[in-house]
Amino acid sequence: MSKTLFDKVWDTHVVRKIEGGPDVLFIDRHLIHEVTSPVAFLGLKTRGIKVLYPKRTFATADHNTPTLNQHLPVADPLSANQLHMLEENSNEYGISYWGLGHQKNGIVHVVGPEYGITQPGATIVCGDSHTSTHGAFGAIAFGIGTSEVEMVLATQCIMQPKPKKMRINVNGKLGKSVTPKDVALFIISQLTTSGATGYFVEYAGDVFENMTMEGRMTVCNLSIEMGARGGMIAPDETTINYVKGREFSPKGEAWDKALAYYKTLKTDADAVFDKELTFDGATIEPMITYGTNPGMGMGISHDIPDAAHVEGGAATYAKSLGYMGFSEGQSMIGKQVDFVFVGSCTNGRIEDFRAFTSLIKGKHKADNVTAWLVPGSHIVEAQIKEEGLLDILTEAGFELRQPGCSACLAMNDDKVPAGKYAVSTSNRNFEGRQGPGSRTMLASPLVAAAAAVTGVVTDPRTLIEELA
Amino acid sequence: MAYDKFNILTSTAVPLPIENVDTDQLIPARFLKATERVGFGDNLFRDWRYNPDNTPKKDFVLNDSTYSGKILVGGKNFGSGSSREHAAWAVYDYGFRCVVSSFFADIFKGNCLNIGVLPVQVSPEFSEKIFAAIFADPKTELEVNLPNQTITLLSTGEKETFEINSYKKNNMLNGFDDIDYLQSIKGEIEEFAVNLPL
Ligand code: SF4
Repeated sequence: MSKTLFDKVWDTHVVRKIEGGPDVLFIDRHLIHEVTSPVAFLGLKTRGIKVLYPKRTFATADHNTPTLNQHLPVADPLSANQLHMLEENSNEYGISYWGLGHQKNGIVHVVGPEYGITQPGATIVCGDSHTSTHGAFGAIAFGIGTSEVEMVLATQCIMQPKPKKMRINVNGKLGKSVTPKDVALFIISQLTTSGATGYFVEYAGDVFENMTMEGRMTVCNLSIEMGARGGMIAPDETTINYVKGREFSPKGEAWDKALAYYKTLKTDADAVFDKELTFDGATIEPMITYGTNPGMGMGISHDIPDAAHVEGGAATYAKSLGYMGFSEGQSMIGKQVDFVFVGSCTNGRIEDFRAFTSLIKGKHKADNVTAWLVPGSHIVEAQIKEEGLLDILTEAGFELRQPGCSACLAMNDDKVPAGKYAVSTSNRNFEGRQGPGSRTMLASPLVAAAAAVTGVVTDPRTLIEELA
Repeated sequence: MAYDKFNILTSTAVPLPIENVDTDQLIPARFLKATERVGFGDNLFRDWRYNPDNTPKKDFVLNDSTYSGKILVGGKNFGSGSSREHAAWAVYDYGFRCVVSSFFADIFKGNCLNIGVLPVQVSPEFSEKIFAAIFADPKTELEVNLPNQTITLLSTGEKETFEINSYKKNNMLNGFDDIDYLQSIKGEIEEFAVNLPL
C-alpha cells in the first residue's frame, strides 16, 4: 500500500497497536531540559523504576539560563534549583548532560541537530512543543507533556493515536527579503492557530526543497503554531550532507545502513493525505504579527484587518487588539518598537544572524531600542565570531549575549516590561509571553533588523533598496 | 502518577467564553520553576486573575463568586501553545476535573487525559447553549457521564455525546495511567528495539 513519509516513519516505530486506543510508539531520541523533567524523574523515583535506555536521552539546560555572565552562579534560586536537579537526575540515571558552561550547551532544538542527535526517519520527543523543529530532517518529532517524559524515561515509548496527515505545498520563487520565517508565518495566518490540529504536516514543493537545513528547521519549528503536532520535510542531499559526520550520527557500517533507510523516506507518488493545501510562494511578503497569537499575522505592508474579515469571535479579536494597543485598519509600518529579540529555536541559528547582520551593516542601532541578540548554541556563537559578524554588530552598537531560550519565554531575566513593544524572531506572541504585560510582534530576522536600526516597524525591503 | 477515578461528575461550571486560551495564560512561564507537582492552582490564569500588585482583578471569572464548580467551560481552541503539563496540573490543582470546549489543542488534551482531567469536546452549538444557560443561571448544573460518554445540561435535559477512545476511557474510569501499561509490556518493547533502523 502506498505510504506517506509520515506513515513510513510512524509505522516503523509502532511496537503494538491497541484496539480502539492509541499506538505504542517507540522513541529513538529523547531530549530533556530543566523545566519539564523534574516531576518526571520524581515519578520514576516514587515508582522505583530505572531509565530503560539512558543513552537515548540527552539533557541540556536552556529555558531558565541567564544569557549574561554564565560563568557566575545562577542568581534566581528557583532557576538554580531546577538546573541543579537536571544535573543531579542526569548523573543519577546515566544521561548525558550539557549544563550551563558546557561547550555543547544551548537550546535543545538547536544543539540536537548540530550534534547529529537528530536523524532522518527517527522518532524524537521532548517536553517542549517546538520539538517539531527536528521534522526538518524527515524525523517524526513532537512535544510531549511531563507524564510522557516519564513514560519515555521508563520505557522509551509513548502512547499516541496516529494523527491525520496533511500536506502543505509551496511552490514558486520567494520575493526579496522573504525568509523561511515569513513562509511559516504566512501559512499560519492562512490556517489559523487551530487549522492543523489533529494533523501531522508534510511540507513539500520547491520552496522547501531549495531551503537550507536552517530554513527548514524554522518552518518545521512553527508547525505547532498552526495546531499541528509536528511537520516534516523529506530528507534529500541537503539533509544527508548536513547529518553526515556529526558527533552522534551513525558511522561506518551503521552509516551505510542508516543511509539505506534515509533513502526510503519519501512519500509514495500515489499516497493519499487527509488534507492537502497549496500556496504560491511568490505571493508571500515579509510578515509581521499584530495580535496575541501567531495566526494573527499579515504582510508587513498591509493594514490590520477588520474583525469581520478574521475567523473567530469579535470579542476575542477586540481583546487581542486591545492588549496590543492596536486598532483595526491601522498600518503596522511606523509602530513603536522598544525591544528587538533575535534568537530562540525558531531563529537563533547562524543563518538568522547572517540575515540580521546583512541588513544592519553600516547602520546603527536606534537609541530607543534595546536589542537582545541571543545565539541558539555555542556553535552558533562561535560561527558569529569566526565569520566576522560580531565585528559588524559591535560597530553598529549591538552586543551578543550567551546561548539560551532567553526572551522566547522570559523565564530568565530577559523580560520585556509591561506595555513595551518587542519585535521578536521567536515563535509566540501570547499575552505576557515575553514578560508580564509585554507586547510581541513576531517577525523574521530581517524585519527585526529593520526595526532595530530605525526604532519603528519598518519594511526591510525599503532599507535594502536604499542600500542598493 | 495515578489519579482519582472519574465516573459521573455533576457540578456547576465556570464559564470562560474566550477563544484560543493558550497555555501561557493557563500558567505563565515564570511559574514553571517548581520541581514538584504542587501549588500550580494558585497561579492558574495568573495574569488574568491578578493585577501586577497581586490584588485580584474583579472582572475575571475566577474572582467572581457567582460562578464555581468542578467544570471549566472554555471557548474554541482551548489550551493551544506549549506542551507544559503544568497547564493541566494548574487546572486540576485549582479543583477542576473536567474542561468543556468546542475544540481543544492536541497536546493540552493529551496532557489532561494523562493526569485525570477529562476534556469534553462538544459541538459549537452545544457550547453556546451551555454558556447561555450558565450566564442565565449560574447555579446551572452539568452532568458529565464518562461511562455513557454524555454531557447533559440538567436544567433542560439537553445532552450531547462526546468522543474518547476506549483505552483512555478505561484508564480514566479506573485511575490507571500509561506507565502501568507500558511497564507491563517492557519485554516486548526491548525485543522490538533490537531491530530498529536507528
Ligand atoms: S527557544 Fe522558546 S520555544 Fe524554543 S525551546 Fe526555548 S522556550 Fe521552547
